[in-house]
Amino acid sequence: MSRVHDMGGRFGDGAVNASDDATFAQDWHARALALTLAAGALGQWNIDISRHARERLSPKDYTRFSYYEKWMGGLAELLVEAGIVTREELQSGKADGISPLADRKLLAEKVVAALAAGGPADRPSDIAPAFKRGDKVRLRARAGNTLVNGGHTRLPAYAAGAVGEVVIYHGTHILPDSSAHGLGEAPEPLYAVAVKATELWEHPENPNDEVILDLWQSYLEPA
Amino acid sequence: MPHDHPHTDLPSDPALRVKALETLLVDKGLVDPAALDEIIETYAHKVGPQNGAKVVAKMWVDPAFRAAMRSDPMPLLREMDLYGRQGEHMIFVENTPEVHNVVVCTLCSCYPWPLLGIPPGWYKSDAYRARVVREPRAVLADFGVTLPEGKAVRVWDSTAETRYLVVPERPAGSEDMSEEELAALVTRDAMIGTGLALEPKS
Repeated sequence: MSRVHDMGGRFGDGAVNASDDATFAQDWHARALALTLAAGALGQWNIDISRHARERLSPKDYTRFSYYEKWMGGLAELLVEAGIVTREELQSGKADGISPLADRKLLAEKVVAALAAGGPADRPSDIAPAFKRGDKVRLRARAGNTLVNGGHTRLPAYAAGAVGEVVIYHGTHILPDSSAHGLGEAPEPLYAVAVKATELWEHPENPNDEVILDLWQSYLEPA
Repeated sequence: MPHDHPHTDLPSDPALRVKALETLLVDKGLVDPAALDEIIETYAHKVGPQNGAKVVAKMWVDPAFRAAMRSDPMPLLREMDLYGRQGEHMIFVENTPEVHNVVVCTLCSCYPWPLLGIPPGWYKSDAYRARVVREPRAVLADFGVTLPEGKAVRVWDSTAETRYLVVPERPAGSEDMSEEELAALVTRDAMIGTGLALEPKS
């Protein structure tokens, strides 16, 4: 998998366009968001699988697509991989009959409750926390998935190998590196780790600045 | 670039593609168009930064509420009906004279939907995601915000399902304002950390 989505710390993107501040700049953006949520409500994938689908877009598409085009590209891929629609249906735009999942369709009157129900990621785990607040930890040296070669991970490359300090223990949460690949939720301890700007960058703006990342225990070792 | 499209009466290609996918899923019985309308109505009009502003204003005026929000906000957010998708694990981080907080998601676009709604275009942009972890002060300058040299910047990268919301410093001169008046000073950008709370009108 490319890591084109992993852009923290990259140079060359120019100024942030603060005036691009609409929630939905065009009507189809709202439609794309709603379609993604409604399809997700069919229960055929989880958030880690859907993130991985967007990250797997070819680097060329990831770069040239606008934000919600990436969502639509990821959604089309998920629908095909889950066997919900066929490539032929996508290409022709013609449905080959009613889906067996039709009775799971999200109905308008259920929308507000479904959104309010949320999807918490904390789970009980047998894995005991190895670190506590104040402990020094080293982040895994390479931002790769150790379970699936080229798989999904939530360790950004810019922080890989850095040393930081645990500032919050979040409890045990689903491990995306496993969950994104249908390997189970594999919950483990999750921490917020503060890394000094001086540790991350050759030329930090200010030596007092820091970046805080949420990191799973298997991303960390004692430092 | 989405904003460089020439204005024509024809929908742009992505709009047609979204429509085609919707039609296909509706024909297969998988999507209810009225449900799509309801989702859009929710995030375009009902759920937005006014929710977060209400919480921040209450934290400013009510020390017991503030302490409870700092230690365990989720039961209170549920009580206030501010729980939901992308807001299951909230943490409120407070700006102080010593520290300014900023939130980003460098890997995608994680954002606290129940409290701020759907993120603005710039939050999802490559430039913001790439730059704010490396040069937060330069990015803040793009928003017209200048911090004193002595103030540290803490950038929170939302790499898990935890969502962070910045509690801006309460502006001077707001001592006599009501909670409702205070909420009007709390902007979306102030709760992301790319802005500060508005000054009260004298």
